[in-house]
Amino acid sequence: MSLNMLTPEFIIDRDRDRCIDCKVCVSQCANLAHIFDEEEQRVVSDNSKCVACHRCVSMCPAGALSIRKFPLDFKANANWSADAIREIYRQAETGGVLLAAMGTGKAYPVYWDHMLLNASQVTNPSIDPLREPMELKTFLGRKPDSLRGELGPQLELEIPVMLSAMSFGSISLNACKSLAMAASGAGTMCNTGEGGLHTELAGYGANTIVQVASGRFGVDAAYLRAGAAIEIKIGQGAKPGIGGHLPGEKVGEEVSATRMIPLGTDAISPAPHHDIYSIEDLRQLIYSLKEATEYSKPVSVKIAAVHNVAAICSGIARAGADIIAIDGFRGGTGAAPLRIRDNVGIPVELALAAVDTRLREEGIRNSVSLVCGGSIRNSADIIKAVALGADAVYIATSALIAMGCHMCQKCYTGKCNWGIATQDPNLTKRLNPDIASARILNLLRAWTHEMKEMLGGMGINAIESLRGNRLMLRGIGLNDSELRTLGIKAAGE
Amino acid sequence: MLQKEGVIRIPSGCAIAGIINRKKKTFSGDSIITSISLMHDRSNGLGGGFAAYGIYPGQKELYAIHIFFDSHEARMSTEKYLGRYFDIESGEMMPTRKSAVIKQAPLIWRYFAGPKEAALEAEEFSFEDEDNFKSIPDADAEGAREKEFVVRRVMHINSSLPGAFVASCGKNMGAFKAVGYPEDVGEFYMLDKYRGYLWTAHGRFPTNTPGWWGGAHPFTLLDMSVVHNGEISSYDANRRYLEMFGYKCTLQTDTEAITYILDLITRKHGLPLSTAMAAMAAPFWDEISRMPDEMRDSARKIRIIYGSALVNGPFSIILGCEKGMFALNDRIKLRSLIAAEKGDYVYAASEESAIRAVCNTPERVWSPRGGELLSAGYEEADHDTENETVNVSRYIENGLVNINAGIQDRGVDMHIETNADYAGRSNNFLKYNRNSKRVMAGTNAGLKRESERDTEVRAV
Ligand code: SF4
Ligand code: SF4
Repeated sequence: MSLNMLTPEFIIDRDRDRCIDCKVCVSQCANLAHIFDEEEQRVVSDNSKCVACHRCVSMCPAGALSIRKFPLDFKANANWSADAIREIYRQAETGGVLLAAMGTGKAYPVYWDHMLLNASQVTNPSIDPLREPMELKTFLGRKPDSLRGELGPQLELEIPVMLSAMSFGSISLNACKSLAMAASGAGTMCNTGEGGLHTELAGYGANTIVQVASGRFGVDAAYLRAGAAIEIKIGQGAKPGIGGHLPGEKVGEEVSATRMIPLGTDAISPAPHHDIYSIEDLRQLIYSLKEATEYSKPVSVKIAAVHNVAAICSGIARAGADIIAIDGFRGGTGAAPLRIRDNVGIPVELALAAVDTRLREEGIRNSVSLVCGGSIRNSADIIKAVALGADAVYIATSALIAMGCHMCQKCYTGKCNWGIATQDPNLTKRLNPDIASARILNLLRAWTHEMKEMLGGMGINAIESLRGNRLMLRGIGLNDSELRTLGIKAAGE
Repeated sequence: MLQKEGVIRIPSGCAIAGIINRKKKTFSGDSIITSISLMHDRSNGLGGGFAAYGIYPGQKELYAIHIFFDSHEARMSTEKYLGRYFDIESGEMMPTRKSAVIKQAPLIWRYFAGPKEAALEAEEFSFEDEDNFKSIPDADAEGAREKEFVVRRVMHINSSLPGAFVASCGKNMGAFKAVGYPEDVGEFYMLDKYRGYLWTAHGRFPTNTPGWWGGAHPFTLLDMSVVHNGEISSYDANRRYLEMFGYKCTLQTDTEAITYILDLITRKHGLPLSTAMAAMAAPFWDEISRMPDEMRDSARKIRIIYGSALVNGPFSIILGCEKGMFALNDRIKLRSLIAAEKGDYVYAASEESAIRAVCNTPERVWSPRGGELLSAGYEEADHDTENETVNVSRYIENGLVNINAGIQDRGVDMHIETNADYAGRSNNFLKYNRNSKRVMAGTNAGLKRESERDTEVRAV
């Protein structure tokens, strides 16, 4: 037996006074951290298998369980953190690329938390959303400069929030269904990701953005026509420049049919689109998709926020995109190489501000709508994004958390105990789309109230008057170049 | 050190007033001074001003350019610049009265000038092939060129020639403004000696500035002058939108932004004033959804395309221009604005008392609703000038008497009409009542007999 140098990350605390050995935890943990010891006739646990998803804690009828961080300390060293050491153990053992899921957990600055909102006092009145209409309706798509120009197809959203791309395959059909139901309930959009459109979801087309990614999975004429808009996925914030890989084990019958690939084969999305090696190629794809849908749907292009994002977006706008989705480097993922996730890309706040400024300088901001995503955690983040210049935001992780995700960040194992990031029928049945969609809708409703409250406080009663209204923001704890990029003043100025 | 306006943004409250004679009969500046001075308490002596139309009938073909100079050097260099582009017919120091209260006056000059033909010829206008200007009919191209030419020169002076500020540059009109109470400003400029057919006035209550002459209202561009009361919360959204179209918001005031929005939509995009107003105080989506089809489509399109031109937060404005006087409130009426009329005169002001001070027995006094355009055009106005394409206004369904908001094809002249008049011109009219949230549609049929008009309209 080879020596495993990895110590457990968590401790499963079982209160023996409370535990009734009912074995619920045994059946709930797909990681097999709970085992029933036949000899001893009692439940025991294996700390090393626990990923802290809290499923067993939530389900234990006796309230006997708790999960703690394993307290084992390495000798303190600011440079060699426990993570840095553990990652080396893992790679020394396997020789493989480290995988990670969800957004980076590194302590990079979160600029949302360094921006403060304004409110009216005396010189103009705040507006009470309980008494006065407060409008969040948002239209995404190309707008002409003048009323005499032609107004292209628009996506009409009741709130400036859309549910971001998550493919069937990376998440369960029940999870996809929950998202689609929530999108249609809230009058907004969900996004198929690169997983194709399952037949059971076809009915939600009016609230669906169908994605065309480098693997072209599930893309045919009917698919393009099925959605309200089409999104070309160039990149994703969690893994810019990297393709995707859905292992063959996850490509069961349903996934295989929806993605239009043989059963059990790996679904590999190449890093680039092999028909897009430059901006003019992108233009051709944009117009092919428009042709295929008779110019009736807006075409979005999603990119990861990278260093040169402003110039890239200017090119995308000029290539004919109607919407640009910018995904920040803190954005989530079902699986990404850890080093990529933690080190590549830039924060979406800076990217968004730079893009909005650039498009305005070039006088082409109206020709394209901006959507930003990548760790929007609450309604204040949305308001700040709109004030920086976004037309709308994409949320994904927040929606999953609303559905029950506990952020164990092990989505790539396929053993999601909450029935979300898994295809195992024993696990997926744990997620009830009626309940999960109601929870997402609750979240969106709560955020809607909060957004209206914040808008009213600023004396604004329509979201378009906040868009790009950077005077409503002040920076706190930011240096000059950050303030300059964000285009905001410091608090107190 | 307190910073000058334009370096920082200064919020302010205000009083506004306007009087027009719709037959272009001129009257002296006394009335407007009386009217605005009644609202003395609404300003704090840090800014007052007037716009007057019809005051230079002898030079009405020329641009009347009013300029503030900080020094003789500034005047010399500005005149040199002007001379390169304009044939200056005359230039003189603005006649003023000595005043104990108006202090620190800059050098105030006015010039009557027309663009030099050669300069106009040499100027490059890229707008023929730009979206922005595509819509301007060819016949109008000359006028459009000349106006753009003048605007560019004015923008250059205000942003790049230190110590010079153009207070107004329209034809047969002028702005007279200063740091001080409006009545004192009127006295200083001897406005009692001028006769005009449209006057607007402003008293300012800035919150934290020593006051700067250029920052006083009205703000003007070509023949357009805006006086404004309020502090808009959409300012930066509006500003950044306008900058895309080449405007430089150097003063950082709401009034400047509002004027540029009006200029963008009416002059650059060649659309009717009512469209600009419908963008600035757009109907709510809820209201739009209840409009009849065609109107709904236009309203929707205006909101989608001109979303960034929506002016949010409290404001009331009075606009003077070559088409007449117009007034508008924000869409939920967070600032006071009262209107009245008597004979050929139409009045607007922040307070009714300001109107009563000059018109004791108005035939009608009313308070325009939020977002409702008060439109008082000249009666002999050329009705074809506004090629109306949009039919948007919550305002046409406004009960039995209706101020025409430039909705029908007849341009923007003011027209008082009953619903029956309106219905007579249009097969279907719509009355919707904002408060009861009901939509009622009727046809001519129900409105045949005059005596039954009112009751019938109510009954449909
Ligand atoms: S992985 Fe989840 S279900 Fe399993 S023991 Fe840990 S917390 Fe409980
Ligand atoms: S989706 Fe499931 S596996 Fe992924 S982080 Fe959430 S709970 Fe864990």
